[in-house]
Amino acid sequence: MAVANVLLVDDEIPFVETMTKRLKKRDLEVMSAHNGPDALKALEDHPGIEVVILDVKMPGMDGIDTLKEIKKSFPLTEVIMLTGHATVESAIDGMKLGAFDYLMKPCDNDQLMEKVKEAAAKKQQHENKIIEARMKEITSRRI
Amino acid sequence: MIRDATKAINQPYYRSLTRNIILIIIFVTFTPGALVMGVIWEEYNVAYTEKVFSHLRELVQKHRQNIDSFLQEKLADIQLIVSNLNFEKLRDERRLGILFQSAQALYGQVFVDLGLVDDKGMQAAYVGPFKLEKANYADAKWFREAIASEFYISDVFLGLRGHPHFVVAVRHQWQGRFWILRATINFEAFNTVVTNLRVGKTGIAFLLNRNGEFQTKKPEGVELDEVAYGNFFKNADVMENDISYVESRDHKGEKHIYLGALLNNGNWLLVFRQNYDDALADLIGFQKITVIISLLGGLAIVVMAYFLSRRMVNRIARADREKEMMNQQVIETGKLASIGELAAGIAHEINNPVAIMVEEAGWIQDLLEEEEFGRSENLEEFQRALNQINTQGKRCKEITHKLLSFARKTDSRVQNVEINTLIEDILGLSYQRAKYMNVAIHTHFGEDLPQVKMSPSEMQQVLLNMINNALDVMEKKGGTLDISTALEDDHVTIEIADNGPGIHPDHLPRVFDPFFTTKPVGKGTGLGLSICYGIINKMGGNIDVKSAIDVGTVFKIKIPVPFETGVQ
Repeated sequence: MAVANVLLVDDEIPFVETMTKRLKKRDLEVMSAHNGPDALKALEDHPGIEVVILDVKMPGMDGIDTLKEIKKSFPLTEVIMLTGHATVESAIDGMKLGAFDYLMKPCDNDQLMEKVKEAAAKKQQHENKIIEARMKEITSRRI
Repeated sequence: MIRDATKAINQPYYRSLTRNIILIIIFVTFTPGALVMGVIWEEYNVAYTEKVFSHLRELVQKHRQNIDSFLQEKLADIQLIVSNLNFEKLRDERRLGILFQSAQALYGQVFVDLGLVDDKGMQAAYVGPFKLEKANYADAKWFREAIASEFYISDVFLGLRGHPHFVVAVRHQWQGRFWILRATINFEAFNTVVTNLRVGKTGIAFLLNRNGEFQTKKPEGVELDEVAYGNFFKNADVMENDISYVESRDHKGEKHIYLGALLNNGNWLLVFRQNYDDALADLIGFQKITVIISLLGGLAIVVMAYFLSRRMVNRIARADREKEMMNQQVIETGKLASIGELAAGIAHEINNPVAIMVEEAGWIQDLLEEEEFGRSENLEEFQRALNQINTQGKRCKEITHKLLSFARKTDSRVQNVEINTLIEDILGLSYQRAKYMNVAIHTHFGEDLPQVKMSPSEMQQVLLNMINNALDVMEKKGGTLDISTALEDDHVTIEIADNGPGIHPDHLPRVFDPFFTTKPVGKGTGLGLSICYGIINKMGGNIDVKSAIDVGTVFKIKIPVPFETGVQ
């Protein structure tokens, strides 16, 4: 089983391609999208995606807007922001909006892996809690 | 800056500005002043001169009347005697003596003697101090003229007695023959009557006859110019009873005024003579005071105009310089801002390709780990090269990040700043340059420095400026740059010390002046340190500089620590 199910969103196609290969080699399930709307569509089509790696600076719908949409529609999905230095402020804004973390481009692959794992773990933890809560509810209902 | 302003005032533009202001002030103040002064001066002169002359005229008029009435009185006395007593009775010297004594008792010593003269010129009777009984006046000029008219007042003459005197004579008829009673008038007494008119220091009066001879004692210093006096008589004749007026210069060149009036039936001329300046002494005094006041006032205006305009131009010069500096600052800031934007754009655009390169290298590395490549001879070489790509990629990233962090729009928002971190960031930009220049950078950071409230981008500007300056001076020989931070009381201090050639003591007080630079033209604007000074000043801190030739220069920046964080 894959370590985590990841969606990689960046407008730089070569970057996405290489990154995808590298992450797959590290046992991640990787899907890719090159802009905001595509990313949302992918999330809709594949509910198994746990972590989104999202570039902040994209033409059209940028990272922040995409993040807002993701958090609205898929609140449990964790988002890691990727940014060039000029957009550190927006990455921080992203954190405030519920992103899991941010990394500066070009990023160290091991670091990225670390973050992805943490994010996936966090998501799983959340989901487990939700399941537990539900179970509790159901059991208490019976009594 | 003040020194610069005084320097600036010597530039041709400011010099001519100063001159124009001075001239305008002087012109505007002087012209109306001079006009008013001129009009008042002229009017006052005319009025005052008129007043003086009319006063003198009146004086002379009155004096003439006095003298005339003196003469008439004496004549009337003699007439009285003649009309009451005839020749026969007057021949009696005893009776004549009584008359003489009573006349003397009445008029004092005015009458010197009395004499009765018959138509042959023989003195029939005489009373007086001289032995003149039986004197013969047949040839005397006065007798010939006296016998020809009813009354006669002679000119002054010496006569038989050898003293100057004049005669008052009245003719009468007895038994068909003329006879004359004559009285000699005391010359001294008459002289006193005439000359007792004294006005001012030099105003004197005297009498002349038609020949221009003195009828009173000749006053000192009066030299008669016959022609002038001839004219005088002519004038006086035309003017009849009025007073004639002449101005002339004497042989010394002094100007005198002469007022003349005829008396004694036009035979004599009463002359009043006064030095012109003396007559108008009050006016001249007034004129002197006026001139002095005007000169002093004028001087005051000129001095005032000079200093006022210098001060004004100084201010203008300073304002101009400040404006110029502001402009330069604005340009500088604008430049920085646009460079910043450019740099930000470039950095960001470079980051993406670099990221891809690093990723691709990483991918190759990943692939190399697979078994079929494990046996390759050059595996190590490949890995070294890929590592190198990775390292250089990271270096690129670092450079672009630093560039970005510095080149972001200058933003003066105040934040809490860690001084040491800030300095390290800046040094990151300078290390490379320092290395090429053979300059070693040492940092001595104080520990536990409180955070300081300031605008980080402004502080970056200050530090980078000062570090660059230090590097510039050590460009040729290399050296060491020591940067230390410390907490002193309620200030955080940053010392930037180089061991370059030092600043010349003459230049030291001016290093913070705008546009002061020792760099060649085109290399430095001379604004760097002055902008730094302005920024630090705005933060409430200050910059000190110490320097010794061939030893080095230390810039010390002091920044106040906010109260609440300063004491921890």
